[in-house]
Amino acid sequence: MMENIYLAIPLAPLIGAIIAGVFGGKIGRTAAHIATIAGVATACVLSFIVLKHIAFDGNTYNETVYTWAATEGIAFNVGFLIDNLTAMMMVVVTFVSLMVHIYTIGYMEHDEHNWPEESLVGRNSYQRFFSYISLFTFSMLMLVMSNNFMQLFFGWEAVGLVSYLLIGFWSTRDTAIFANMKAFLVNRVGDFGFLLGIAAVLMYFGSMDYAEVFAKAPEVVGKTINIYGAAEWSVITVACILLFVGAMGKSAQVPLHVWLPDSMEGPTPISALIHAATMVTAGIFMVARMSPLFELSTTALSFVLIIGSITAFFMGLIGIVQNDIKRVVAYSTLSQLGYMTVALGAGVYGAAVFHLMTHAFFKALLFLAAGSVIIAMHHEQDMRKMGGLKKYMPITYWTSLIGSLALIGFPGFSGFFSKDLIIEAVHESHVPGAHFAYWMVLLGVFVTAFYSFRMFFLVFHGKERMDDHTKHHLKESPWVVTVPLIALAIPAVISGYLLDPMVVGDFFKGAIKGVGEHESLVSEISHHYHGIFPFILHGLSATPFWLAMGGLGSAWFIYMRKPEIAEWFYNKFRWIHTLLDNKYFIDDFNQKIFAGGAVALGKGLWKYGDRMLIDTGLVNDSAGFIKKLAGWSRYLQTGYMYHYAFSMIIGVLALMGWIIYKAG
Amino acid sequence: MDGWAILSLLIWLPILGGLIVLVAGDKLSRPVALIFSVLTFVVSLPLWTGFDASSYLMQFEEKHVWIDTFNINYYLGVDGIAMPLIILNTFITVLIVIAGWEVIKKKPAQYMAAFLIMEGIINGVFAAQDAMLFYIFFEAMLIPMFLVIGVWGGVNRVYATIKFFLYTFFGSVFMLISLIYMYNQGGSFAIADMYNLKLGMTAQILIFLSFLIAFGVKVPMWPVHTWLPDAHVEAPTGGSVILAAIMLKIGGYGFLRFSLPMVPDAARELTWLVIFMSLTAVVYIGFVALVQKDMKKLVAYSSIAHMGFVTLGFFLVYAIYNNTGSYEGSVLAMQGGMVQMVSHGFISGAMFLCIGVLYDRMHTREIDAYGGVANTMPIFTAFFVLFAMANTGLPGTSGFVGEFMVILASFKANFWIAFLAATTLIVGAGYTLWLVKRVIFGGVANDQVAMLQDINKREFTFLAVLAFAVLLVGLWPQPLIHVMEATIVHIVDLATQTKLPGVN
Amino acid sequence: MAQSMIPLTHFLVIGAILFSVSVAGIFLNRKNMLIILMCIELMLLAVNINFIAFSHFNQDMGGQVFVFFILTVAAAEAAIGLAILVVLFRNRGTINVQELDEMKG
Repeated sequence: MMENIYLAIPLAPLIGAIIAGVFGGKIGRTAAHIATIAGVATACVLSFIVLKHIAFDGNTYNETVYTWAATEGIAFNVGFLIDNLTAMMMVVVTFVSLMVHIYTIGYMEHDEHNWPEESLVGRNSYQRFFSYISLFTFSMLMLVMSNNFMQLFFGWEAVGLVSYLLIGFWSTRDTAIFANMKAFLVNRVGDFGFLLGIAAVLMYFGSMDYAEVFAKAPEVVGKTINIYGAAEWSVITVACILLFVGAMGKSAQVPLHVWLPDSMEGPTPISALIHAATMVTAGIFMVARMSPLFELSTTALSFVLIIGSITAFFMGLIGIVQNDIKRVVAYSTLSQLGYMTVALGAGVYGAAVFHLMTHAFFKALLFLAAGSVIIAMHHEQDMRKMGGLKKYMPITYWTSLIGSLALIGFPGFSGFFSKDLIIEAVHESHVPGAHFAYWMVLLGVFVTAFYSFRMFFLVFHGKERMDDHTKHHLKESPWVVTVPLIALAIPAVISGYLLDPMVVGDFFKGAIKGVGEHESLVSEISHHYHGIFPFILHGLSATPFWLAMGGLGSAWFIYMRKPEIAEWFYNKFRWIHTLLDNKYFIDDFNQKIFAGGAVALGKGLWKYGDRMLIDTGLVNDSAGFIKKLAGWSRYLQTGYMYHYAFSMIIGVLALMGWIIYKAG
Repeated sequence: MDGWAILSLLIWLPILGGLIVLVAGDKLSRPVALIFSVLTFVVSLPLWTGFDASSYLMQFEEKHVWIDTFNINYYLGVDGIAMPLIILNTFITVLIVIAGWEVIKKKPAQYMAAFLIMEGIINGVFAAQDAMLFYIFFEAMLIPMFLVIGVWGGVNRVYATIKFFLYTFFGSVFMLISLIYMYNQGGSFAIADMYNLKLGMTAQILIFLSFLIAFGVKVPMWPVHTWLPDAHVEAPTGGSVILAAIMLKIGGYGFLRFSLPMVPDAARELTWLVIFMSLTAVVYIGFVALVQKDMKKLVAYSSIAHMGFVTLGFFLVYAIYNNTGSYEGSVLAMQGGMVQMVSHGFISGAMFLCIGVLYDRMHTREIDAYGGVANTMPIFTAFFVLFAMANTGLPGTSGFVGEFMVILASFKANFWIAFLAATTLIVGAGYTLWLVKRVIFGGVANDQVAMLQDINKREFTFLAVLAFAVLLVGLWPQPLIHVMEATIVHIVDLATQTKLPGVN
Repeated sequence: MAQSMIPLTHFLVIGAILFSVSVAGIFLNRKNMLIILMCIELMLLAVNINFIAFSHFNQDMGGQVFVFFILTVAAAEAAIGLAILVVLFRNRGTINVQELDEMKG
């Protein structure tokens, strides 16, 4: 019974995707969105059933569906591992996906305007979009439900593919097709490490199956690998760092973060689903899943911690100078992913996954709200041309407020619980680099509050800066848009209250390992914990809260009361603005050094290696040499008979002479 | 089916078909060619269904005395590595006949006949169990290909054909000398007898190098690869498909059938050379592919890079032993190489067919002449993106399977081998996606692109069939891996035993 | 009787001289094709003298029989050679060997 349900959960969206994708042109728009929504809704309902079955009835499931390949005693299976972690991820993925599906009906309604008239690919773009997001849901489910590294990699790349297709959805826009290629390539850099990590796991653990690998982990602890020179590295450290490189790509950690802001070229629903709520958190999920391995290497954890804290703070800073509404949210996503990574590095995987869940709700909400604003503004995304939308779009306004409060960690909202927990945990952590990370995440709280409310005030309050035409048409979005907003606002508030069972309790016991030092860390946090409401009260007096309030207040003061401060700051510290506006010049660096370098290298190898050395040098010159040799020898052919006769006679004489000489 | 002499049928039926097509004339040539190619494909299917995957021994054997004086026999048989390649060949030929249906206007009968005859000869290459028979088929194969490029080729076809012919011929002559040497030593041309022949180290090294030249040119390996881009660019679509999908495989097949089992000690000694050449093919050629301006050249270079994985997978066996002290992982690597060969047959074939579809409409292969094809050819775009993704080795497509297995195994040999091999994830994605971006996506680039018609039913058929194959192997490679397992284990066995005289 | 006979060596020497003269004639001659033909005839005669000399010396009539054959063939050859020469002259307007270098590489 449950097997069929597990199988049905990923397959239902896949079937929807195939129907909408292959037959979309024939069945029309309504049928396409009904088919895909039905698929995802089925998956969502079943996921809740699974959650009950797994989490409340205390079952776990770990079985193979079919053998993909088997050789030399290593089985590459496709199979499902369903435990509390998986069940929670399934619910989050399918729920957010369902909301995004419904929202898309409204958002993509007039998509034909985004295409040139003669473009055939724009004809069925509505159906195609639904097909893609359902396909994404399938891929993401395969990723989270996997019980082995091979299938994990399959899901990993498949979500990357769908992300590629969706970022470049409006394929006639040059920026979009640049962004999607960039996203895929940067992700491939991560996958490059990830695949090597999997290879390391296979070599030293001899299996692809999670359970077998984790069981064997203690045996591998002492083993070392020689990579360069005489230095011996611990195998676990190497494998974990390589795997984490994959997570850096997918979860957009510095320096592989560059693709995420550009991915905003895609339609807003997928920014919410893929680039905020689910796909980008795959890296976090993966590290949590691999916690039995990461636990064994402090070096790897320290690496994770430092990367995460850099991302959390410095990416947040960029958010302050962005003017595109979606890009602000994108940088906030980067920063929040940094928080999750910090939690992983500190060894509190439960807190990371908890923040993943709350973040999925409130960030999807924020994106969808931004999308709602964009619909109302006729696809204008520049915040400098917005303002005062509060009175036109009340539902969007209030849901955005909820989302923003959750994001900055206002006590009582979901983000508060998860983020506070992370800050607390980093404070207590003894992983090398934790001190640095603590300051980063603490300062990050101020930054988060500042850019969130800068955006909030610029969009919804203040002067109405849009042109008259747009202003005239301003209205609240249709119900297909607002219903998902409300539906997401609810968990954005209340999901935080699951703190009690999920992190402090033993919800993730068995799924996530916290052995040794980190277990004591968790218990220490639990020790301070005396229930939800004391936790909130405690939060009201803690540093992060005041930092957040400071950020909120200064955003209000600067952008509502005294805009000249921003002006003054801009003029005074122009270099900081330039640095942030150019995203620390990382994009330019990549473009010049890596992209330019690869092309230059290719040109050089082709021109000097292939064409000059091999083709001209070896091939054509050896042919030329033969030709030259033949050219010389043709002079022997004079055409005069007496020359031939003469050489014949000389030959005969020579032969005779030789014979006589031999005989004599 | 035992009494049927399937392998002989697979060789001679298409050759006979080719002759009938020639007689039938231009008008009837297409249906007759289709009938014969489908018939051959159907005849080849019992090889799969009747195959005993648990045995590494030759199956469907046929043996007749041919030239008694030199102990040369007409000796056919297939095992787990030859059988999938034969089926791949008969399968691809059907597609080629369909792909050339309306497109070839110049002498269609001769065109179809050339491909049918080539099909028979290539089946002979894979089925031959006598080295002389193998050699004859190996050389004979060049003739129809020479004609295909030379007659139906592009502007610069003469240069390309001569380069192609001389390059490959240059390689195979050395092989002939080696085969004759081994005949002199052992008194038999049977491949199985050559496996048992004891050879000294010097002889082994020389034989190994001669095989390396012969098969390395065919694969092609860096640095003897430059004939391939030229041949591809000038060849008609069908020629490119056969070249990439089947002919390159003969090189890889030769390494498995000849080099590794016949001269294992030399292979062990020179394994670094092959691995170096393979990795160069993967990395160097990847960068070269990045800057190509001609679509076919780009795909040709990507073929070379992908074939680098094949040779890498085949020769990891000794490197794994040197690093870990056991041969565990070599079967994985070798199977990876084999799967990569089959998969590359589908993917490169599909890529060339896609380019052919574009070329038939626009009569140019310059990437710059395209842009925004998606706007006018949406169905084609779906296929093209699928095959491009398969080309980048996306999981779920066949391109992933082989690369994945080889990279996993190469980590056992050395971290840096795996590292360099895995760069294909980035570079391969780079050149393929850049191609897609420039050709498929974007706004409509010019009037010609705006006039493009989407694929018709015929084109849809062959692309859909290939798409199905690519996804099938990607989602469930186990049947393919299973049929070759016993044979590959046996080859690893042979390759790991010394053949130096007096050692055992 | 035997003493009055001219020794074999004399015949052979004269044959060799005739042969050498004809060979020299072939490749020293730069002008006329006819002379080459005549040189070839001369060469055959030199060989015939050897044949007859040896035939007499060995008391074997076979050699003299061969001379008849050779003479016949030589006559035929001369006829054909002259015919070719005539055709050549008609086509080219010259039989100057210096100008007949069609086979030059």
